[in-house]
Amino acid sequence: MKINSPLEAYKFLPATNCGECGEATCMAFAAHLIDRSHKLTDCKPILEAKFKKKYEELDALLAPEIREVEIGVGDKIVKIGGDDVLYRHKLTFFNQTAYAYDVTDSMDEKDLVERVKYVQDFKKFYVGNFLTVDMVAVRCTSKDPAKFAAAVKKVVETTDLPIILCSFDPAVLKAGLEVSKDRNPLLYAANKDNWKEVGELALEYDVPVTLFAPDDLDMLKTLAKTFAEMGTEKLVLDPGTFPTGKQLKQTLTNFLKVRRAGIDGDREIAYPIMAVPFTAWMAHDDPVSASYWETVVASVFTIKYGDIMILHSTEPYAMLPELHIRDTIYTDPRKPVTVDPGMYKVGEPTADSPVLVTTNFALTYYTVESDIASNKIDCFLWAIDTDGIGVEAAVAGGQLTAEKIKKGIEDSGFDLKKDTSHNTVVIPGLAARLQGDVEDATGANVMVGPADSGRIPGWMEKNWPPQKK
Amino acid sequence: MTKKMKLSQLSDILQDLDVESLEGVTIEGDIELNITGGGGLNPALAYALGNEISQISLHMANIGRMLGFPAEQLFASAFGLGEMPQPEALPTSPKIQELLASKFEVAKVDNWKNPIQEVTLGATSGDGGSRKSTVTIGGENALPYYFDAEMPHRNYVTMDVFDMPIGMAKAVKGNYEDVINDPAEWAKKVVRDFNADMVTIHLISTDPLINDTPAKEAAKVVEDVLQAVDVPIVIGGSGNPEKDPEVLERAAEVAEGERVLLASASLNLDYERIAKAAMDYGHNVLSWTQLEINAQKELNRKLMKQCNVPRERIVMDPTTAALGYGLDYAYTNMERIRLAGLMGDDELTFPMSSGTTNAWGAREAWMVSSPLNQDSDWGPREYRGPIWEIVTGLALSLAGNDMFMMMHPTSVQVLKEITQTLYGSIESEEIDITNWIGAEV
Repeated sequence: MKINSPLEAYKFLPATNCGECGEATCMAFAAHLIDRSHKLTDCKPILEAKFKKKYEELDALLAPEIREVEIGVGDKIVKIGGDDVLYRHKLTFFNQTAYAYDVTDSMDEKDLVERVKYVQDFKKFYVGNFLTVDMVAVRCTSKDPAKFAAAVKKVVETTDLPIILCSFDPAVLKAGLEVSKDRNPLLYAANKDNWKEVGELALEYDVPVTLFAPDDLDMLKTLAKTFAEMGTEKLVLDPGTFPTGKQLKQTLTNFLKVRRAGIDGDREIAYPIMAVPFTAWMAHDDPVSASYWETVVASVFTIKYGDIMILHSTEPYAMLPELHIRDTIYTDPRKPVTVDPGMYKVGEPTADSPVLVTTNFALTYYTVESDIASNKIDCFLWAIDTDGIGVEAAVAGGQLTAEKIKKGIEDSGFDLKKDTSHNTVVIPGLAARLQGDVEDATGANVMVGPADSGRIPGWMEKNWPPQKK
Repeated sequence: MTKKMKLSQLSDILQDLDVESLEGVTIEGDIELNITGGGGLNPALAYALGNEISQISLHMANIGRMLGFPAEQLFASAFGLGEMPQPEALPTSPKIQELLASKFEVAKVDNWKNPIQEVTLGATSGDGGSRKSTVTIGGENALPYYFDAEMPHRNYVTMDVFDMPIGMAKAVKGNYEDVINDPAEWAKKVVRDFNADMVTIHLISTDPLINDTPAKEAAKVVEDVLQAVDVPIVIGGSGNPEKDPEVLERAAEVAEGERVLLASASLNLDYERIAKAAMDYGHNVLSWTQLEINAQKELNRKLMKQCNVPRERIVMDPTTAALGYGLDYAYTNMERIRLAGLMGDDELTFPMSSGTTNAWGAREAWMVSSPLNQDSDWGPREYRGPIWEIVTGLALSLAGNDMFMMMHPTSVQVLKEITQTLYGSIESEEIDITNWIGAEV
């Protein structure tokens, strides 16, 4: 983005304060353009013909420094790049790193289909949603265009996930493109030897293409400049991912340099970057070591500027941390992850159902909620307003107190004495020290639940319904 | 009235005539044209004939098209026009035949002017202690592993030892069952077998809600650990704000001159007592706050101004939340602290420590399987757990963390390997990735 204050953006807006965008004023809208929570097209008046020039100027000023590239089509489309800052606290990182897992054209058809389905279906519940992975990379190991085309065709038939076609042989890439061209695949890769042919393929089929120049940033930039001149900016840069030793350190240096140059305004190299943690498998024979090291390399380049990567290990112990570190880095640090405080009914609670208390930190809330719901426990669950802080920290920091719990329950219009048969509140195990205070504040019986909500079902069996005093 | 004829008759009729062109010819049915090449046909006639026939064909094709027959396709396939390149519109740029050379350049950061404070942990006999070696952290002039400036010191790992058996994830516990009742043996084991750079002795039994072990007794454990190992040590209390000052005072006393790190001074306890103990007996102070940059500044300021702790005796711990459990806050908090320090905020220019062991609190690290049946299979936890600790630490190392408190031997080994690789001290065989696509894995 070439501008960073709402005032600069405001100058281009119609200044009518019409409210069509949902904001009361054009200045408020301008602020959201800068923090990228609104799009310029949300302003209907500026789309009118008379504002065309201003629209175009502002659109160019607001364009992210790193170009955004789309791979695939439809619901599963993957967007990469689009970033404007080097540190996530400055704005946030957009378009989380896309994870592609590989298959080869030498695999048995049955194994290939099974692996593609596994990748497609892999999911992990987190904060009210499922974390999933994004893409399939088809590697040509057969050197045979026909075999490659057959494998690509099988992948395309099996999944809607976007794909990467991997070969340095233009004939192989062309064969793959022929059977996947309506899926907007990413070509991997053009290098210093095949750039002309691969470039022509990218233009002819109008698909994004990766430029590969291992540890040679001059060549990487040369290729990018040449391709832009040829007529495509749908480019992804692969500076080479070397898996070990000083070469790995150099790889990190290359990533840091390319992204810094791009954010600093060098348009010739301002494209998304690809990492290939797959290469860890070229350094380790034992699959556990290779998976570990691949995950470690993937983590480094998820944190430092990899926009897309090709991976091999589909072991859950590799995929789970990869999914989580990506979520960590691409969570917007400007907004606490919270749910609205208040009462939530899980299942169909009655007057005999338990009343549980947790915080409005989204992670805590959704974890507790899903643990209860998936075990079919009917209950009333309160998200107490702790400013989005988890139980343990909120108890230590004073955001979760007896008064807060009392207020939280009362504010939702619930009366423990009238609306339950037991007048009992269950507090989290990590808030055990509040037990006495909550009893005093609410006049209810207070029970201490388990420290991890995964153990609520077992706890319920032993402790519910409560013994009459 | 036009004369009707068949094409087959044309050659006969025109054979001996010097014909330039034919006019008014119509042709119908039974089209038969037999032109023998070579000597028989006069070339001029053949040309004229060819010209006329083509003209006729064109007219006929036009008629065919009017009747709805796709004559173009017929012509295209007859003459191979389909494969012919479309005539290009006047090219705006010539087709590129050579790479357009470009040179990559990027500037170094110019507003990182404030080096991070160096802090040395441990004291050798020359410094009045009994450690065989010391550890120095801090001193950075750039973000970790960045090319802007040489990183003066690598990251270090201090492994956790407890003064009583504690609840641990199964994958961790398996490594310590033989030493769980003996902190000194435990300390020996982590140094000898697990390559710990330092040892942290946590005096958790002193908590009034646990065993309420008297401070004096706890101090004895510290002496034992100092005897057992010759690496620098960290001394942790139980986290009880009433009891910790007393416990750490006694521990500081018995460790006099060893330049240990006292963990921790925090805003919720009498940090002045801990700072004073550190000054009186020659130790460092861990300044611990909870995920809040302004609280960290406040505490550091109080330690320096109010308690007169010299800058080279302060290490910060801005709190570690586990991967998937708030690491997003911890990461950014640390990154902001480090950047602020480098840019000149001298209340934040201190090396940092992370309680990376907190990663074991994440259910993904220790649970047998997911409590949710919609989740994909989580796989064996023996492999899941260590990597949770590794990735938690690794993320923070990239944010600027200097020292890690850890528990699992595999985690320690892998974290040390990756951080030292990024630091640049790991030699390894070079790997040619040029043709990685074809790798057999």
